[in-house]
Amino acid sequence: MSKFLRNVSSMFVEMVTRLKDLFGIGDSGGGKRRWTDYVFMAVFLALIFAAASMTDVFFTERNISNLLRQIVTNGLISLGMLVVILTGGIDLSVGPIVAFSAIVVSGMVEKQHLPLPVAIIIALGVGGLAGSFNGFMISRFKLQPFIVTLATLGAIRGLIYVYSETPITPQDPAFRTVFSSPLLGPFTLSILIMLLAFLIIGFFINRTMAGRAIVAIGGNEEAVRLAGINVRMHILLAYIISGLCSAVAGVLLASRLGIAQPSLGTGFELDAIAAVVIGGGILGGGGGSALGTFGGVITLGLIDNLLNLFNVQSYYQQIFKGFIILFAVLARRKET
Amino acid sequence: MTDNDFLQVRNICKHYGGTPVLKDVSFSARQGEVHAIVGENGAGKSTLMKILSGAVQKDSGEILLDGLPVVLNTPFSAHRLGIRTVYQEFSLIRHLTITENMLLGQLPAHKVQGVVDWDKAHQIANEKLTKLGFTGLNVRSLVSQLSVPHQQMVEIAKSAVTKPRVWILDEPSAVLSQEELKRLFALIRKFKKESVLILYISHRMDEIFEIADRITVLRDGEYMGTVNAKESNDTQIIKMMVGRTLGEIYPKRSKKPADEILAVANLCNKELFENVSFSLARGEILGLFGLVGSGRTQVARSIFGADPVTNGEIKLEGKVIKPKSPQETVQLGIALLTEDRKRDGLVMSCSIRDNASLATMRQVSTWGVLDIQKCDGQVQTMVKDLSIHPSQTSRLVRHLSGGNQQKVILAKWLLAKAKVLILDEPTRGVDVATKVEIYKIISDLAEKGVGILLISSELPEILGMSDRALVMREGRMVGEFKRSQANEEVLLACAAGVVNE
Repeated sequence: MSKFLRNVSSMFVEMVTRLKDLFGIGDSGGGKRRWTDYVFMAVFLALIFAAASMTDVFFTERNISNLLRQIVTNGLISLGMLVVILTGGIDLSVGPIVAFSAIVVSGMVEKQHLPLPVAIIIALGVGGLAGSFNGFMISRFKLQPFIVTLATLGAIRGLIYVYSETPITPQDPAFRTVFSSPLLGPFTLSILIMLLAFLIIGFFINRTMAGRAIVAIGGNEEAVRLAGINVRMHILLAYIISGLCSAVAGVLLASRLGIAQPSLGTGFELDAIAAVVIGGGILGGGGGSALGTFGGVITLGLIDNLLNLFNVQSYYQQIFKGFIILFAVLARRKET
Repeated sequence: MTDNDFLQVRNICKHYGGTPVLKDVSFSARQGEVHAIVGENGAGKSTLMKILSGAVQKDSGEILLDGLPVVLNTPFSAHRLGIRTVYQEFSLIRHLTITENMLLGQLPAHKVQGVVDWDKAHQIANEKLTKLGFTGLNVRSLVSQLSVPHQQMVEIAKSAVTKPRVWILDEPSAVLSQEELKRLFALIRKFKKESVLILYISHRMDEIFEIADRITVLRDGEYMGTVNAKESNDTQIIKMMVGRTLGEIYPKRSKKPADEILAVANLCNKELFENVSFSLARGEILGLFGLVGSGRTQVARSIFGADPVTNGEIKLEGKVIKPKSPQETVQLGIALLTEDRKRDGLVMSCSIRDNASLATMRQVSTWGVLDIQKCDGQVQTMVKDLSIHPSQTSRLVRHLSGGNQQKVILAKWLLAKAKVLILDEPTRGVDVATKVEIYKIISDLAEKGVGILLISSELPEILGMSDRALVMREGRMVGEFKRSQANEEVLLACAAGVVNE
């Protein structure tokens, strides 16, 4: 069994290095620091695999596809969160945006009888709008991201209840099957969308002008402004991306659950921030990568999954997760 | 070295990671002496001072104070032994008053236990400042409201609240104007009489020869020797520092300035400066001298569009421009190297490539997607041309020395093909050898027809580099000198307002 574990962990390290070469993800500016991130991830995942191999259920196809399906939501939200954290900001309003887009897409299909694609576009528009409101307030008036998104966290939740006090359950069977039935092996369309999003954001951060500008802004906003770059526009863009990612997560989540509750998404910001931080992101800007965040998302997903398999109550899961975040930050503290 | 000197440093070694920073350094210093420590950036001066002040631990070696070996494992233990330090970086708490900063940890108590007696605290702080000769500061004002030189004065005062036995000053003059420097020197001389040992680190030769009794030179972490200031001169010291004599410091240029490229007329900014007018030609290096607080940096930032202008006109190549943001000016071909590279010149957490290409990403992108190879190729050419070290473009600029960081900023504006280059203190905190390289880069640019506005508080730099020199005082342009008319005395007198031109 130990041989098996070794294979799995070396496979992971291999995968990580290959991915880095192929897509340039994770290399947000070079330097040696990144390597320790990978080592950290590999060790951490090896530990979890060790725990996993103690139960028979873990490596069943059903459990793996379950796991993948469960990380779709946090995966997408974390990507948006990563972009915002790279600018040195934070987005606390992701939970309500997920709920808003979930309930809007369900409502548009169920109450307004709009075709699904139209409903989805409206839901994404709502998310993008919420994000651009955040971004506008932060970049135009130089307000603190924490306060602005804390305010919209409350405000959007209120808006959701104005739209619908009760859960909405779309009757159209296509609403569930489009995204949530297996498409490629165990992969559903949702999972593929999430993986694609990781590639897109990874590419965005490393290979586009806007992405590099965003990374630089998190390091030193004034220096970027004095290099002749429109800082405001890029901060706005980051929050729009975050809003859109959350909105996509909301649509996919509504499809997976088949029901959209107004209270959906409470506490989602914690998981997203945790994933980014575990993956090497630095709150306040100056570090973070799409690949690292992917590792963070998987790690958190694995923990949830394992604790479920061992029938640990969800309260304990919360405690455990809290300490994982602290551990991740502590482990990285020594490097700087 | 004599064995009965007050401070004896013996065989100190220190490594950071695998790199040796100090190699078997020994020196000694006496009470009542000003002992200058000089060396290029990276020579190990600051590390040595940090070891003496307990902020950094030595790997091996011994430190004796007054004949007894001492353990300096925390700043607090150094404090208790009477070793006080003024660091290069400010250690003040910005949102507290001068009083609180000075008396931190020893605020006087009220009759009621644990309640601060503020009147008494302010009174004590005021008395201390007066005693140190630092008058004219309101102890009730917040540190964040003070100008940078005044903050430095508070920093210095804080370290001298109780009379130190060993007083370490790490580049204290970098942000001080002439007048404040005088006050600092007066205080140093006073302490000297009271047999305090003063360790003084500086890049400025003139200062060192003015104040120091003896000079210890470090090079690449090694002790090079100690000389009496009276028996030495700057050429000898520089030779000891760099291990060779420098050639001509200021390069000769062959081409004469051509037609006008930038004209500024009656530029005003409500509180900071008024009626600033000057013109700059292609291929000209125009020096702008002024004491700290004279408004020169503000003028530069306004021309660059980083700060607003309330009145006046700027013409670039004959066309009136009204820059509202650096975004516009960069596209027009104006560039600004700011005076504080850490604060607003570089993104420390990013690579050389990212920093050097920051202003020119558009040129190497299609539809917003960067051509990494092309981008890296351009930066690599720059790295080679400017001999930036290390040469891997993926290295974070945080790990570069000050001089190389400055070169990265120059690379950024070279890539942007700036027509007008405003340099605000381009050689601050840069070692002598790199300084010479930077002067070469600047004059090469002038040869190629770039108009250069060189702001500096180092007179030799202004005199050595400029075709003409402007002088600012209290937000006004108070003098203009041709190269042939200018010398240190004239410029300084003009800047200080002794003679009104």
